[in-house]
Amino acid sequence: MTTASAPLLDVRDLHARVVDGAGILRGISLSVRPGEIHAIMGPNGSGKSTLAGVLAGRERFAVTAGSATFDGVDLLALAPEERAARGLFLGFQYPVEIPGITNAYFLRTALNSIRKANGKPELDAMEFLELLKAKARMMEMDPKFLNRSVNEGFSGGEKKRNEILQMAILEPRLAILDETDSGLDIDALKVVAAGVNALRSPERSVILVTHYQRLLDHIVPDFIHVLAHGRIVRSGGRELALELESKGYGWIESTSGAAT
Amino acid sequence: MSDQERTAIEKLADQEYGYSFVTDIEQEVIPCGLSEDVVRWISKKKGEPAWLLEWRLAAYREWKTMREPHWARANYPAIDYQAISYYAAPKKKADGPKSLEEVDPELLKTYEKLGIPLQERAALAGVAVDAVFDSVSVATTYKDKLKELGIIFCSFSEAVREHPELVQRFLGSVVPRRDNFYAALNSAVFSDGSFVYVPRGVRCPMELSTYFRINASGTGQFERTLIIADEGAEVSYLEGCTAPKRDENQLHAAVVELVALAGSKIKYSTVQNWYPGDKDGKGGIYNFVTKRGVCAGEAAHISWTQVETGSAITWKYPSVVLKGDNSVGEFHSVAVAANRQQADTGTKMVHLGRNTRSTIVSKGISAGHGQNTYRGLVKVGRNAVNARNHSQCDSLLMSSTSGAHTFPVIEVAHPTAVVEHEATTSRISEDQLFYCRQRGIPADEAVGLIVNGFCKSVFKELPMEFAVEAQKLLQVSLEGSVG
Repeated sequence: MTTASAPLLDVRDLHARVVDGAGILRGISLSVRPGEIHAIMGPNGSGKSTLAGVLAGRERFAVTAGSATFDGVDLLALAPEERAARGLFLGFQYPVEIPGITNAYFLRTALNSIRKANGKPELDAMEFLELLKAKARMMEMDPKFLNRSVNEGFSGGEKKRNEILQMAILEPRLAILDETDSGLDIDALKVVAAGVNALRSPERSVILVTHYQRLLDHIVPDFIHVLAHGRIVRSGGRELALELESKGYGWIESTSGAAT
Repeated sequence: MSDQERTAIEKLADQEYGYSFVTDIEQEVIPCGLSEDVVRWISKKKGEPAWLLEWRLAAYREWKTMREPHWARANYPAIDYQAISYYAAPKKKADGPKSLEEVDPELLKTYEKLGIPLQERAALAGVAVDAVFDSVSVATTYKDKLKELGIIFCSFSEAVREHPELVQRFLGSVVPRRDNFYAALNSAVFSDGSFVYVPRGVRCPMELSTYFRINASGTGQFERTLIIADEGAEVSYLEGCTAPKRDENQLHAAVVELVALAGSKIKYSTVQNWYPGDKDGKGGIYNFVTKRGVCAGEAAHISWTQVETGSAITWKYPSVVLKGDNSVGEFHSVAVAANRQQADTGTKMVHLGRNTRSTIVSKGISAGHGQNTYRGLVKVGRNAVNARNHSQCDSLLMSSTSGAHTFPVIEVAHPTAVVEHEATTSRISEDQLFYCRQRGIPADEAVGLIVNGFCKSVFKELPMEFAVEAQKLLQVSLEGSVG
């Protein structure tokens, strides 16, 4: 952990609501430094996925107050693709199907878009294929998935694995993984966790959004934040997850008055 | 939809047509209007035999008794058929060009601008190009190579001169003169087009390709194409169109006839990009086309693939008459209606023989104020034992002001028939767009990607170079059109 370095992501007093809807985030502050892994836990409806969506630039959420900077740049002023080009990756809770476009083609288009935005030469089909095959091996993915339409007909576990494969190809500086563990059996969970762990580096940060602590047995976070009612009600180290596991979210909610 | 996506879409929708220029070549144009004299003049001008003149005159007389059809889902001002000039040809030297060197350099430049460098493209791609400039074929390449195999690939006029027996035998055999109003009009005044004959058992070694182009202002384009695959023959034919910008509407009424004899296969692919009019719907081509093929013999196979991105109005139903037992008909279509475009297109599969099979895949994309209609007929005759049809009609809406309409008609007269029809209509999904953008793909490209995915099953039917062109065309046609 390099706590001395400047934060990669700095979120301050962030408020957001669903467009034309009720407020969901009510003042989130969060600082993620390079190399750190943060876990965001909380019961359903606490605002976990909203936070992930707001950071990635989802149009359906409107920020009403607060700020978020990414590497010193105002994140909220950037289009989703610009955030991606700067190294922000969102692993989707529900990966989207794109019929007729192969996984391989989609990923090459994505990688080359990002490379182009950063003034790097685009990879040709052969170079990309080499890279893709190597990463797919790492994710223990059957190569046939690469030539299937993006997420179409994939099982829940395959979709999640595919998200991690995309992350491995795009090599983001900050990966926000939204409920990546949901719907995974224990074997798939281990593979996904291994994929994430393989990408750990002093420069790369990860935010794990999860409901359950079992993912944290495999990916060990530096910090844990517990969300309730759109606020971080408690932050701590790994032991917080274990406490949550034994006492349940009810415990946090009943004591959150004290925490805020 | 985000502001950015909207802006991108508006930008795309506002995009000016890229192929707008007029070649400055002296044209021979007859005065506007249609009469028996005009029909005689055209026939004489082309030095046609008496039987063809009679055929044209009969068509003209039939046309006069017919009424313009208005059942298509399209609105447009009345067409004044007396305000159209029915013949325009580039002036030629006494003998006509014998090689590319003899071709008017202005003409060649036009092709350059269109990205069709005849020699190189033909040589590189192995495509023999029969370039139709307005009404008269200008240059034909690779003819000798085809000749060795006995394949005839030439302009229609040339076929009338050199192979009158074939023309006389098959002309109007698939699309009779009085088939419909526009077919009758075409039969009376058709100017030129392509002719293909592939002899028995010969497999054409290259894709045959023709580029049509309307150039003379106010001149209707009346192409006539006839393709014959003799027993066991195989041929793939490509047709691509671009047209220069014009302010008045231009009428295009082509007729294409395909004859597939026993065991033969004809694959006909079109990328159509006639000028669609500006964003307010001004100008643009009226495309009223009759395309039909007949599987005349046992186990014949006809496949239509079309990508329709242009024209103000498209009225077009490439069809297959499955006469021979075990014959197969296919129709694969992508039709785009953006801005104020109106597309009414589909197919007819007429099952007459036993064990005949047909497949219909139609992908309609509507953007801006575009209106896209699929109109199809699957007909199983009373002797068509074990006929099979599968139809898939998918519509993609890119804006709340566009429309998708489907009119499938199924008529079955034999109890063993199996006819399936699947249809879907969907909006381009915000989730898909966001997913792409989160992976770094800009909004415009994301739209292109999703739409190309939607059309994939049709594009894969296109020959490689055409597929690439079609994808680009689609992206250009739809840039900035999500809203």
